[in-house]
Amino acid sequence: MYRIVKKKELTANIFLMDVEAKRVAENCQPGQFVIVRTDEEGERIPLTICDYDREKGTVTIVFQCVGAATKLMAGLNEGEGFRDFVGPLGRPSEMIGEPIEELKKKKLLFVAGGVGAAPVYPQVKWLHENGIDADVIVGSKTKELLILEKEMEEVAGNLYVTTDDGSYGRSGMVTQTLKDLVAEGKQYDLCVAIGPMIMMKFVCLLTKELNIPTIVSLNPIMVDGTGMCGACRVTVGGEVKFACVDGPEFDGHQVNFDEAMRRQQIYKTEEGRALLKLQEGDTHHGGCGNCTA
Amino acid sequence: MDVLKKVPVREQDAKERAANFSEVCLGYNEEEAREEASRCINCKNAQCVKGCPVAINIPAFIEQVKNGDTAEAYRIISESSALPAVCGRVCPQESQCEGKCIRGIKGDPISIGKLERFVADWAREQGLKPEGASEKKGKKVAVIGSGPAGLTCAGDLARMGYDVTIFEALHEPGGVLVYGIPEFRLPKKDVVAKEIENVKALGVKIETNVVIGKSVTIDQLISDEGFDAVFIGSGAGLPKFMGIPGENANGVFSANEYLTRSNLMKAFDENSNTPIMKSRKVAVVGGGNVAMDAARTALRLGAEVHIVYRRSEEELPARVEEVHHAREEGIIFDLLTNPTEIISDEKGWVTGMKCIRMELGEPDASGRRRPVEIPGSEFLMELDTVIMSLGTSPNPLISSTTEGLETNKWKCIVADEADGKTTKEGVYAGGDAVTGAATVILAMGAGKAAAKGIDEYLSR
Repeated sequence: MYRIVKKKELTANIFLMDVEAKRVAENCQPGQFVIVRTDEEGERIPLTICDYDREKGTVTIVFQCVGAATKLMAGLNEGEGFRDFVGPLGRPSEMIGEPIEELKKKKLLFVAGGVGAAPVYPQVKWLHENGIDADVIVGSKTKELLILEKEMEEVAGNLYVTTDDGSYGRSGMVTQTLKDLVAEGKQYDLCVAIGPMIMMKFVCLLTKELNIPTIVSLNPIMVDGTGMCGACRVTVGGEVKFACVDGPEFDGHQVNFDEAMRRQQIYKTEEGRALLKLQEGDTHHGGCGNCTA
Repeated sequence: MDVLKKVPVREQDAKERAANFSEVCLGYNEEEAREEASRCINCKNAQCVKGCPVAINIPAFIEQVKNGDTAEAYRIISESSALPAVCGRVCPQESQCEGKCIRGIKGDPISIGKLERFVADWAREQGLKPEGASEKKGKKVAVIGSGPAGLTCAGDLARMGYDVTIFEALHEPGGVLVYGIPEFRLPKKDVVAKEIENVKALGVKIETNVVIGKSVTIDQLISDEGFDAVFIGSGAGLPKFMGIPGENANGVFSANEYLTRSNLMKAFDENSNTPIMKSRKVAVVGGGNVAMDAARTALRLGAEVHIVYRRSEEELPARVEEVHHAREEGIIFDLLTNPTEIISDEKGWVTGMKCIRMELGEPDASGRRRPVEIPGSEFLMELDTVIMSLGTSPNPLISSTTEGLETNKWKCIVADEADGKTTKEGVYAGGDAVTGAATVILAMGAGKAAAKGIDEYLSR
């Protein structure tokens, strides 16, 4: 069992957990993910790593309760644990391998949408620890759904919060804030965008226009997460890639987002049934690989 | 009794089994087993043993079945094999032990596989366990992967007295026995799990959820965790696709994904939370054992299923028994047919597959006649699901993170066939990670050879 040492409801239906997983904590890097399973019958759920503590041997995950499987996860309490917790999977963010001096010369921008703030956080934190302050745009639907604001503020150069409904910070989508910042004279050499597929698609359309190279982190459906099943295949620059071993981060300007979004729909109906089985009448939009983060 | 004819084995009726996931073959009972065993002429120079990759003393165990001493028969098999209940079910006996059987020259060979299965099943029902080592060697060996190669290597080393830990990437041990081979050919709870229990009973530890190359590297295992030697039995790897247009449409799966969902994640069972596509009409592209497994799984999930294979019946790489069972159950074989494009609707869901008819030309490098397209023979198959079963290419996770470990031009790990030795000191390898996709028993043979190699290395 992989024990949950801390559980916090960040906002309605979005949970943060620190989980004991010594091997993962020892070897993980920003950008990588884990796969968790609640119990004997549970699905394998991939989640991007939000933070880690090598000394305590814990890994932090953040997830939104959207399907049957994440509902079961949310039901776990401190002291209880996951049956399975495997990782780190995928490749670390490319910037981890770059010389710090080179990175320092670049103006970096992170764009996080919704629960995407969780996988963005460790990257910004890593840069901060290496003396680099990156700008961060965090977008959420409403003020209530905003997560990790305080944590992000501590590690970001400038933090720009925007809400779709204007209930907090700036008003409108993250793309609007990005446009505004550039109009205000900001210049960026690299953008990292993580969030819902549709958000990443529109950020990429915009940054292509603005000529800002953009990295995205994809979260397609997957089963094993080690390259064995091929469920997570995505088309990048006309080539088929496996997100679990070739990614999860890719050149956003090369990703075929329409295909990727289509492929996320494959099990929608089956997942719907699974959730109905658990709790009648609720809504959902994820499962088996595409739940959250 | 006609000594030239084997005792037929009882099977679930084809119509009935096409709609359930229970085991197809029911196996011999004691009376049938003794009768079949009595056909064995106990050759002095037994050819069957030479045909067995793990060299089980076949005439000796059959002799004990004949005498009614099944416990002794089990002890004899256990000397050579850690997984007899598995091998009795999935080994290609027709090209190994049974293929060499002298009885087979004039009549049916002895049903060695079915007898092995009878002995292993009997031993399991009696709660018999293989015997462990009496003396410890005080040396640690790490085994990577808990499939047939890893389990065999681990079992043999534990019996020699080594302290063995298996590292498994998935959440269940068993490798291909668990994620790949379906329940109806190899029951998971009653057969595979029990054989793994037997390996554990020898003192082998199994740590699941460890991806070597990611969670920890081989170099770390040696330098930080004190392992004296390592065996890599990490299996086949990444599924291949054809590279034809439309292959990323919704409804195109690798056989690996389809089978993993059904077998490991139990998606066929209503209680499982893992989904699997409910298909109306399925094409499985490929002609190997994995293709048969995927086809027969889709059939049981309620679909009409076609095997689409570019060569002819004769070249089908699957075991004759598997092809025979698939046909009996109602799988349709579209041979000498090759897909050229997958067609989907405006939402991206598969609606059909364009194919072209083939004919056989001159033999190619594999010695099989090369399939050649017949011009103008294109046609459209309407369907909603395509399962690609074209084999795998090696997973670079381990080779790319282990210094000094050489791979060949196909990216398979280079290892000596005789003792599993790789180019890195103290590191051995065997099974599909070395050979590319092959069979359970060949992987077991490699695991066995490597255990011997590791023992020699650590005894120096």
